[in-house]
Amino acid sequence: MSNPIASDRPAGTNGKAPTTAGEIRVEGVSKAYGSGLFSKTVINDCSFAIPRNKLTVMIGPSGCGKSTLIRLLAGFEKPTSGSITIDGKPITGPGKDRLVVFQESALFPWMTTFDNIMYGPRARGEDNPQSRAQAEFLLEKVGLKAFRKKYPPQLSGGMQRRAELARAMINNPDVMILDEPFRGLDAMSKELMWEYYAGLFEESHRTNFFVTTDIDEAIFLADRLIVMTNTPTKVRAVIDVDIPRPRRLVNIFDNDHANEVKMRALSLLHEEAMKSFSGGSRAAADFVEAYSRRTGDRANGAKPA
Amino acid sequence: MTKSLTRLRKKLLSRASLRAMISLAVFVLLWELGSRSKQWLGVSLPWIGQVPAPSGVLRVWTGLLTDAGYWQSWYLSLLRVLAGFIAAMVIGIPLGLLMAVSKTFYGLSFPSFEILRPIPPLAWVPISIIFWPTQELSIAFVTFLGAFFTVVINVVGGAKSIDGRFFQAAQAMGASQWDIFRRVVLPATLPSIVVGSSVGMGITWNVVVAAEMISGGGGSGSGGGLGFFIWNSYVGGSYEQIVVGMISIGIAGFGCSEVLRALGGLSTPWLQKR
Repeated sequence: MSNPIASDRPAGTNGKAPTTAGEIRVEGVSKAYGSGLFSKTVINDCSFAIPRNKLTVMIGPSGCGKSTLIRLLAGFEKPTSGSITIDGKPITGPGKDRLVVFQESALFPWMTTFDNIMYGPRARGEDNPQSRAQAEFLLEKVGLKAFRKKYPPQLSGGMQRRAELARAMINNPDVMILDEPFRGLDAMSKELMWEYYAGLFEESHRTNFFVTTDIDEAIFLADRLIVMTNTPTKVRAVIDVDIPRPRRLVNIFDNDHANEVKMRALSLLHEEAMKSFSGGSRAAADFVEAYSRRTGDRANGAKPA
Repeated sequence: MTKSLTRLRKKLLSRASLRAMISLAVFVLLWELGSRSKQWLGVSLPWIGQVPAPSGVLRVWTGLLTDAGYWQSWYLSLLRVLAGFIAAMVIGIPLGLLMAVSKTFYGLSFPSFEILRPIPPLAWVPISIIFWPTQELSIAFVTFLGAFFTVVINVVGGAKSIDGRFFQAAQAMGASQWDIFRRVVLPATLPSIVVGSSVGMGITWNVVVAAEMISGGGGSGSGGGLGFFIWNSYVGGSYEQIVVGMISIGIAGFGCSEVLRALGGLSTPWLQKR
């Protein structure tokens, strides 16, 4: 059994996989760019854990340093201080135990969908019938079987994101790291992608770390929500999201717990967002106030007094 | 077979090709009128009036079609262009890739490269005649220079502007340096190679003609290339032949560009069909 993909395949397909790998711990991590007078701290003494077999979502004001944090987790850059470990081992560079799905498509435009998915196995010299079968299996799973010979520019935004998910999944990583993967999709495809992605996660229960600025996306997907502060960023709060799985959009809008979590996260985010406007933003404040009144009413009405 | 025929007919009857034909017809008509009447509204035409009429050019051309020397000129120029062009690709593409991949090599080579690059290829004619043992080699060398710098600059630019996410993605999926070079750097640079080579091909034709004129095109009698053919016609006073030579170069250059475009299209299928 030289091929880990083939041997793990049944586990990946039948319900909850007994995955035991992929716990990431971030301890006291700081990251600064430049030096001396011109140094700018982007991440400041940040600590959190990404637990195994859970979908952890990180949300924070845009530009707060989330993408920097992802580059550290992926191993593309090293923290200035502090440590990041995966299953107790320090992260020293990029590796196929942690795969990143980027904000904008990083599919290779010169490869067909199938070749893109096969990139990882081929790069490791595993271009064998098992991995090809696995690629076909994933193509079907992400609904791109008819598009296997198309090039990325010929796919829609949503299809590209699904192709990229498949390209990451074939490497069977311990952790999937997703950096605002659905940003820029239209509202309709975005919500479809949420359900779709939640479904994929619910099938495998692979450790997932998902970064976003969209509160609805965060709550719909998360087992646990990490709210970040403004730059230099650190953890502001960790909120557990106890909404039963499988998650469906129709269930979530009327879920009281979801609305409570949303309220709490929004007010935290609002405080952080205010810090980035020197005078404070009236518009942002108004929005949150109006929003909290509305959901507050709904929550009160739904609960028995 | 019938399918490709209908496609060909459709292409020939398309609006774009119709416009192209009108453009050519109007041009030839004005030229013919200009060179026949010499004077329009009492004013003598400064340039067109002196030029042989297209009908005369066509007559001379038909006579030349059976002339071995004329085709020998085609053959020689084409050979020189291909020699210079292929040498420029074979040396230029690896050099450009190496410059893009290795910072050390880039730092060592780029300054000298940038000093040599602005020197027009024709300024190299005297020195290459001195340097190379045969006239043929010196013409091919100058032709090579014409394409070389363009190819290198395009390859370096293309390879250096590859999006960093592609490297990160490949690295994260466990690709080795060699694999990244072969399956990321090379295909990502291919469009720039195609652009560089078609621009280089154009320059090659410019250069070969001028080099042939200056160097006497290898001297002896018939067939010193199309550039020498034009020069010889000028010296011999056959103005129609000058124009025939010019149009021949136009056709040759166009043909070479079309072949390159087709090859470029085949090698970059992801840019073709949207």
